[in-house]
Amino acid sequence: MNADRAEICVVACAEAWRGSGEVLASPMGVIPTIGARLARLTFAPELLLTDGEALLMGDVPALGSASRVTEGWLPYRRHLALVAGGRRHVMMGASQLDRHGNQNISCIGDWKRPARQLLGVRGAPANTLNNPTSYWIPRHSPRVLVERVDMVSGVGYDRAAAAGPSATRFHRIVRVVTDLAVLDFETPDRTMRVRSLHPGVSADELRDATGFPLDVPDGVPRTRTPSAAELRLIREVVDPAGLRDREVRR
Amino acid sequence: MTADKTMTADEAVARLSSGMTLGIGGWGSRRKPMALVRALLRSPVTDLTVVSFGGPDVGLLAAAGRIRKLVAAFATLDSIPLEPHFRAARQRGELELTELDEAMLMWGLTAAAHRLPFLPVRAGLGSDVMRVNPGLRTVTSPYADGEELVAVPALTLDAALVHLNRADRSGNAQYLGPDPYFDDLFCEAAREAYVSCERIVEGGEFAAAGAPQTLLVQRHCVAGVVEAPGGAHFTSCVPDYERDEAFQAAYAKAAADPEEWREFTGHFLSGDEAGYRSAVAAFAEEWA
Repeated sequence: MNADRAEICVVACAEAWRGSGEVLASPMGVIPTIGARLARLTFAPELLLTDGEALLMGDVPALGSASRVTEGWLPYRRHLALVAGGRRHVMMGASQLDRHGNQNISCIGDWKRPARQLLGVRGAPANTLNNPTSYWIPRHSPRVLVERVDMVSGVGYDRAAAAGPSATRFHRIVRVVTDLAVLDFETPDRTMRVRSLHPGVSADELRDATGFPLDVPDGVPRTRTPSAAELRLIREVVDPAGLRDREVRR
Repeated sequence: MTADKTMTADEAVARLSSGMTLGIGGWGSRRKPMALVRALLRSPVTDLTVVSFGGPDVGLLAAAGRIRKLVAAFATLDSIPLEPHFRAARQRGELELTELDEAMLMWGLTAAAHRLPFLPVRAGLGSDVMRVNPGLRTVTSPYADGEELVAVPALTLDAALVHLNRADRSGNAQYLGPDPYFDDLFCEAAREAYVSCERIVEGGEFAAAGAPQTLLVQRHCVAGVVEAPGGAHFTSCVPDYERDEAFQAAYAKAAADPEEWREFTGHFLSGDEAGYRSAVAAFAEEWA
């Protein structure tokens, strides 16, 4: 069975939660949601998952199907407390993301009168300072991976360091998964590096799609492909309707 | 015998005045006190500072020019990620915004409810929330850790508007869905709270509908109770009803175009609540 790009992204997202422990996996976006459910069904059965509202699911339903088993209650007030306590690993989206991991979901342009108002900072400032954070970028482009973000919503490594020890104490950006590659910040200066290139993506393609200089070393690994068992779970159990194909182009 | 605080939505809104700081309960497009917001739109009250986990409440009030300043972390319709009127008002430079993190909003309301000047949080440090709110200050822990944290100022409200599933005549109110949101906190942070509900019940009926912890709002902070069936429409009010997605989509579509928006307000929002409900019923039939 040959995996397509969306399925490779699902597994790359799932891998972000490997070893996270008995924490809430908070995926935002379709591919991360499939990834979190796949992780729970395979190598990370200890993960907690919500139904997208206030309930913790005791089962792992297909996307779009209702959960039949509730194992816990997590209304917003408890969710915010959980964030502050750190027992959560969130994978957020980003309208802009820079090499230090600063993320913007608030607005594009001058904050006082934005060219494009987006969501607002939502919980990104609290998320990034309190619990491990990863990002999912369904369309890796120079408009998203930018030199400088317009409104720092999620805090990157440089900004956290500048804000002092209270900001760095629990700050950790684990992974950035895009439709082209997996990136992380495991460098001496905590700037973004390529962890793996998805199969079929060239180093030039990745550099051209990134709005800041990105070193792609020779011999950078390829993102692993899903196993036959994982592909079956993705296609038949978690996402039989194929919603993943709407988020990542084939 | 406790006081009967029942009143109409228009009577509740008549107690509000221009320039007030108003908290609105619910979250996004979920259990918003829309009948009270619609009453507010019929009133002359304006120049409001609105504190909200924003949804179409913010959208409608912004579109009508009633908001001087918004205190929020977002405004969304949930199934439609961006609230169109909020977006347009911001892009026109018309909406003064105090943009806070969701947790900062919760702790600001909590500080107000506890009559504290501020509460310390980690959220905000290093983010541009500090840049766009130059009035925000930090506070240093007096203990050995010496941590520097953000001092979220109390968000004290002049009034709060919330919508719950059931209430009695004296202002005790019950939620029956999975999430209380922060409706109790809004009421406790406010000098006076107005609770609308799907149905007014006798106190004895609460126990049949849910366990005691579903009694979210207590009468001591409630100034008025409004029976408003469908009062959260078009937002969700489970288990009484889900979000009216077809209507919300029509709202969002109309909001994108000034001419269509004039038509939409003329059709749905120019009359009283009964007029709104019959226009919505006609809309539903057209879509059925």
